[in-house]
Amino acid sequence: MDAFTTHTGTAVPLRRSNVDTDQIIPAVWLKQVSRTGFEKGLFAAWREDPNFVLNNPVYAGASILLAGPDFGTGSSREHAVWALQQYGFRVVIAARFGDIFRNNSTKMGLLPVILEARVVEELQAAVAADPTVTITVDLVERQVRLGAGAWSFEIDDYTRWRLLEGLDDIGLTLRHADDITAYENGRQPWLPTTV
Amino acid sequence: MGRTLAEKVWEQHVVRRAEGEPDLLFIDLHLIHEVTSPQAFDGLRLADRKVRRPDLTIATEDHNVPTVLGPISDPVSRAQVETLRKNAAEFGLRLHPMGDAGQGVVHIIGPQFGLTQPGMTIVCGDSHTSTHGAFGGIAFGIGTSEVEHVLATQTLPAYRPKTMAIEVNGALPYGVTAKDLILAIIAKIGTGGGQGYIVEYRGEAIRSLSMEGRMTVCNMSIEAGARAGMIAPDETTFAYLQGRPHAPQGDAWDEAVAYWRTLRTDDDAVFDQVVEIDAATLTPFVTWGTNPGQGAPLAAAVPRPEEFADPVERSAAERALEYMGLTAGTPLRDVEVDTVFVGSCTNGRLEDLRAAADILRGRTVRTRTLIVPGSMLVKLEAEKEGLDEVFKAAGAEWREAGCSMCLGMNPDTLAPGERSASTSNRNFEGRQGKGGRTHLVSPQVAAATAVTGKLTAPADLA
Repeated sequence: MDAFTTHTGTAVPLRRSNVDTDQIIPAVWLKQVSRTGFEKGLFAAWREDPNFVLNNPVYAGASILLAGPDFGTGSSREHAVWALQQYGFRVVIAARFGDIFRNNSTKMGLLPVILEARVVEELQAAVAADPTVTITVDLVERQVRLGAGAWSFEIDDYTRWRLLEGLDDIGLTLRHADDITAYENGRQPWLPTTV
Repeated sequence: MGRTLAEKVWEQHVVRRAEGEPDLLFIDLHLIHEVTSPQAFDGLRLADRKVRRPDLTIATEDHNVPTVLGPISDPVSRAQVETLRKNAAEFGLRLHPMGDAGQGVVHIIGPQFGLTQPGMTIVCGDSHTSTHGAFGGIAFGIGTSEVEHVLATQTLPAYRPKTMAIEVNGALPYGVTAKDLILAIIAKIGTGGGQGYIVEYRGEAIRSLSMEGRMTVCNMSIEAGARAGMIAPDETTFAYLQGRPHAPQGDAWDEAVAYWRTLRTDDDAVFDQVVEIDAATLTPFVTWGTNPGQGAPLAAAVPRPEEFADPVERSAAERALEYMGLTAGTPLRDVEVDTVFVGSCTNGRLEDLRAAADILRGRTVRTRTLIVPGSMLVKLEAEKEGLDEVFKAAGAEWREAGCSMCLGMNPDTLAPGERSASTSNRNFEGRQGKGGRTHLVSPQVAAATAVTGKLTAPADLA
């Protein structure tokens, strides 16, 4: 996973609520067995509409997605995170996220930032008014900044540390392999196995 | 202070707890399918890691398989299924491939084998893993990074979600099903209402449900945003499990049941949130919009966006009506449907097929109607009862087991603009095929709708 400390970039406002992961990447794109190439499938159905915000050239190169509430609901497909990252997004800001999507994002180094709906709307309006304006997302300070404005966001210390360091979760867990073995030895003997 | 069921199961699985870190949770059962696992196996190979517990892992082919006999014609889909077969062989995992008697939708086969038991932690790279919570365990969907994590370590680092009780008091009226209940719950609390929670469904109406009905309810917990849904085990649970291939036997059975009986929320336990539902007021429920929270009683009309006070909900409703091709104020019973789908991890079990067959017996369908058993065993059992003959005589298609039209990935899809009544779990834009329009319904409403060609409750049939 790539480390995330602070990121400054332009943003794109996606003013829709309940953007489920089927919209972020439709199921037909999930047939791939590779981990790359998903940027072409990002919002594939919506991008067929020339008026869809991502098709607006003024937002080309944006790396921060300003989304409506309940972003990333539905399917657990991590492909949604891969598609956003491979398209060029480093951060998604929304008032609420689907739990699994948010979890998947932090495993991959795409930063999900929760801000109040009112603040997200303010940011969306600012970016719509001037698409060249840049937003800074500072994980060290847990702060989003735009011009003179600054808004704090919450993220638990452990996830923040892991993102700042770009640490591999599996490697961290395997440091506790002895604890896992001890737990396994104490499990109820009647618990099922698949063999 | 007493503990909730969720707290008891969680605590039982904590491998390691340290200040300022998520708990390291042991996973009792890991279900695998072809779509969300290939990149996880690649990750294992890159890091030269093995599957820690092949004996707690089981794989099946479901999402990407056709439901008619024969090979997979799409080369990309075929390659994905073949990749799962290669990975299962390389890492020594039990796999139920297409055509195998044990094959089926991942959330149907776990309970069917008796692998899903009370008090377990169960994960799968699929959000509908919440289904398994019907047995009183904690079961939740994970992404591919976490699939790899569980393969390598048999654990997951996680913070314990908050707890929510959904108390369903009173009895469900005749003709009102588990599906109607969960659709009504989601409409009440919204698609984000359960975010950050494990939901425990409680109350008389829940206790009265069969295991199949309980699975339908827990299955759709994720549609209310909840990480997991669960129901305390009871005699219904034990009766379902006893004698299944992987259920404990003999003294072990007695020992297990004694433990399972402790798996209930203590009387003095406190939930972080409580939602109450009056079962007696419920009627057949359908969705009209493009998220599962946009639902209404079948007897109602397509809502007017201006009825929604919240501007976000109002604009979502406007957008949904446009996508769905619906006019506000139209009675839902007047909505004409092209295709009916009965199946999926939500409603693809034997009880669901029986319910649909009871309505279709001696009648003829007016719509394209797909009846898709959730597993090969469900198919076999249904055929033993002659349900397949009922469906075929009515003009419906009787298919092989798979996820089918639930997700628009395999050949079973809607055409652009086509409208379905579907027993699946998601009415998202394009979920059943690009441009397709989905109304989520119970198997009973699906079957009655197939007969009339319009959204219909069984009670409406002459």
